[in-house]
Amino acid sequence: MAKYVFFLGCIAPLRYPGIEKSTKVVCEKLGIELVDFEDASCCPAPGVIRAFSKKSWLAAAARNLALAEKMGLDIITICNGCYGSLFDAAHELNNDEAKRAEVNKILAEIGLEYKGTINVFHFADVLFREVGIDKIKAAVTNPLDYKVGTFYGCHFLKPSKYKSIDNPEDPRMLDDLVEATGATSVPRAKKMMCCGAGGGVRSGQGELALKHTRENLENMSAAGTEYIVDVCPFCHLQFDSSQGELGFNIPVLHLSQLFGIAMGMDAKELGLGAHKVPVKL
Amino acid sequence: MATPNVEFAKEMAEAGCEGARLCFQCGTCTASCPSGRFTSYRIRKIVRQTQLGLKEEILTSNDLWDCTTCYSCEERCPREVPIVDIIISLRNMAVAEGHMFDNHKATAKNLHELGHTVSFNDKVKAQREALGLPGVPPTVLRNPKAMEDLRKILDATAFDKITE
Repeated sequence: MAKYVFFLGCIAPLRYPGIEKSTKVVCEKLGIELVDFEDASCCPAPGVIRAFSKKSWLAAAARNLALAEKMGLDIITICNGCYGSLFDAAHELNNDEAKRAEVNKILAEIGLEYKGTINVFHFADVLFREVGIDKIKAAVTNPLDYKVGTFYGCHFLKPSKYKSIDNPEDPRMLDDLVEATGATSVPRAKKMMCCGAGGGVRSGQGELALKHTRENLENMSAAGTEYIVDVCPFCHLQFDSSQGELGFNIPVLHLSQLFGIAMGMDAKELGLGAHKVPVKL
Repeated sequence: MATPNVEFAKEMAEAGCEGARLCFQCGTCTASCPSGRFTSYRIRKIVRQTQLGLKEEILTSNDLWDCTTCYSCEERCPREVPIVDIIISLRNMAVAEGHMFDNHKATAKNLHELGHTVSFNDKVKAQREALGLPGVPPTVLRNPKAMEDLRKILDATAFDKITE
């Protein structure tokens, strides 16, 4: 059985705990063992904390990687931001001895060392590649007929020169995952456009972030999207929290929640009460 | 007309902007940039300013903070310029010179104080417990020693100077 240490990040456990819960339930159903990531911190966020200090970002990310290494487990994340940061940090440190030595000088202050052995995976990638569509289909007990707008976000597939998950301009894997539940992935214009929240734009310049979000929602709405399905709690937050003021009403689900519904999870366990846009099942 | 600053161009190259040299100003980046459609932000211009070492123009402009780090530009760049890395490196230099939004300072403070970028409260705790999850997630939030460790390494890299 595949076994990973489950990196929670910030937005899922502290704003949408239903995503954390659904991930646990779905992974158990699919034979993926998740171990608690004790003492982990923020990844830290790739476009905002790294923008303040690359050194602090790398040191804090290396601390998370070193903690996983002590447990001897690769990391699974449910967030594009966490995936972006931890994947990038592991990529930098696993392949560059000098950089690792530099960061280990800092980690030594807290009695840690990172040897460069940990790999970082995204939940959706593990489901697609390791579990596979057939096994997911077999686990579906409540087939869905939703018209879904899939939202890949940015840091899941990009930069694609390091992450070879799918074609970053015209990917298919999330659509295949969603359709394994019986749902239909509906095409739309500018599908790969950013939600607008990343890079500190949501916190620094909320109005600009909303312009991205609005355009995405307009394109989803024009395509007849009934549910938005994301793979990132930060995109999730941006879409869920902004629709009231933007005049839209399309429920937002993380992939783990969609699978939770399709695999017969009790509605109470999905944590939908934390959602601003009501989700009717 | 701005005067090129060779010294600062070198300083920027050493700080992570070396790849800017590869740029031949085709403009594919700007054409691919979603933020650029909504604002006066022109990523091609910033890369050119980086080549020329135009310190004040780059570091004091809010444009630098319009990038969502979506990587659309970098994916399509025919010269494989690591554009997002350049933006991040320029932001590091801007922050070091004290150019930072108040909300970003608050995000940095959250990381330094809580170990997370967003706050934790009783409402979330209750929501978590209702789902059968531990009220406090098993992160630094639950272990003061782990939080102290995180703070130590943040301070060792001068992160505390940013949140001051």
